[in-house]
Amino acid sequence: MKVTIDGHTIEVEPGTTILQAARMIGGDVVPPAMCYYSKLKDSGGKCRTCIVEVSKGSEKDPRPMPKLVASCRTTVMDGMEVKNFTSERVLEARRGVVEFLLINHPLDCPVCDQAGECHLQDLAYEHGSAKTRYEEERRKYDMVDIGDKIKLHMTRCILCYRCVFTADQITDKRVHGVLHRGDSAEIGTYIEKAIENDFSGNVIDVCPVGALTDKTFRFKSRVWFVKPMLASRSCDKCCGKVVLWTSGKDVHRVTARKDQFGEVEEFICNTCRFDKKHLNDWTIEGPAPIEKQSVISANKYKQGLKVTAPQKIEYGNRPLLG
Amino acid sequence: MSGITLTNRKKVLEKKKLSFSESLYLPAIFGGMLITLKHFFMKKATISYPDVKRPFSKVYRGKHVLKRDDQGRENCTACGLCAVSCPAEAITIVADERKKGEEHLYREEKYASVYEINMLRCIFCGLCEEACPKDAIYLTEDLTPANFTRQDFIYGKDKLVQPLNESCHPKTNQPYIKDGKPYEYKNPVYTK
Repeated sequence: MKVTIDGHTIEVEPGTTILQAARMIGGDVVPPAMCYYSKLKDSGGKCRTCIVEVSKGSEKDPRPMPKLVASCRTTVMDGMEVKNFTSERVLEARRGVVEFLLINHPLDCPVCDQAGECHLQDLAYEHGSAKTRYEEERRKYDMVDIGDKIKLHMTRCILCYRCVFTADQITDKRVHGVLHRGDSAEIGTYIEKAIENDFSGNVIDVCPVGALTDKTFRFKSRVWFVKPMLASRSCDKCCGKVVLWTSGKDVHRVTARKDQFGEVEEFICNTCRFDKKHLNDWTIEGPAPIEKQSVISANKYKQGLKVTAPQKIEYGNRPLLG
Repeated sequence: MSGITLTNRKKVLEKKKLSFSESLYLPAIFGGMLITLKHFFMKKATISYPDVKRPFSKVYRGKHVLKRDDQGRENCTACGLCAVSCPAEAITIVADERKKGEEHLYREEKYASVYEINMLRCIFCGLCEEACPKDAIYLTEDLTPANFTRQDFIYGKDKLVQPLNESCHPKTNQPYIKDGKPYEYKNPVYTK
């Protein structure tokens, strides 16, 4: 099947969604996605940030689709033509979507641990307007501890359901979910039950905002002060391939490795994530690639730095390992 | 010496024989004294510094101050934007979580338990002031005085945070105005 997105044509299998086809093309045509997660089944279709304009339905029926469609849920047709960033309608509608997502978001980025690697921050920066028109009171929730390692800030949640799908599909028993409906919907654990599962920590990584954060990293540092290092260890539960966020010899936190779309490459277990916080537990492979524009690369190193598993890594004149 | 010269502005000094009046030197001496006397009555270029101070420019950038809000709570939330924007890497922050009962001390749920500026590193560019999203740090008209040890140039929160009894804006020195009249400033009660 042939599909054209923003003038780029690609052959894809039947059943591929527009978003997946756009990601195959890569580069500038990829629509942003807040709820869709390629590793989680049934995710997507909730946040509407990935909306695109279908200017030609298919070869057989070339009429355009009347409304903008969610690209994560719409499968391609042969000869389909899609407009993403070339369509003024899409950009305008996406600006509206961002405004809706930010209606109840507290905008406490200076406090939030996710700031600097937050997808909502990126989205608002690229597609939103600089000012809010919202004057009413934002919805408020108290902070909840989900277990002793995970903190839930319901005020920051955008209800993408990713964590629910993660708990459903990665762990064998889900104890948290979305309670209530509509405006009062919230992520909860029914009587604040702790999530006790070896893979429950992955909800932190899939959360696009700072709603689910690592309690062991809470207020420790900011993401742009710590250096991400690729590291691995042999783990009997997971792949053991992680990113260590270090400063000097301290490991501040451990996360899974993420691909260019901000999605986890392989899920990691809670032992790797919460318990192995010493450099000696890990084999350092080298600095993790960071986008050059990212604030995380500030005062550090540039994208595309290739390092072949050295025994000793040094930054400046301060030895990191030795 | 050959006739090569580096410049054509060279002058050859001629030693003339002095005339009688010139050889007395008195006109030259009085001429010099007159210039000295004239300077007695001219406006002085210097001021006697500690007693008299020159007015600062409105955009002068001197010692930093960490501002408190109109209720005396610290504005800084330790977001780290000042430290990351600092080209001299002079700022060090350690964040801490506000506990229950400290709401009158810190405005946000996170605060800076350590906020240090190395005044030897600081270049007073004002980028921290510009980066601050919480209206917390300002560069004032104060100077950072000279000192004897390097350690004394690392200014902690004890030197940076605005004193509690000040009720005016650190930059403009204008009193806080609320409902058209100066805001009555209440000192928060510290409990340990």
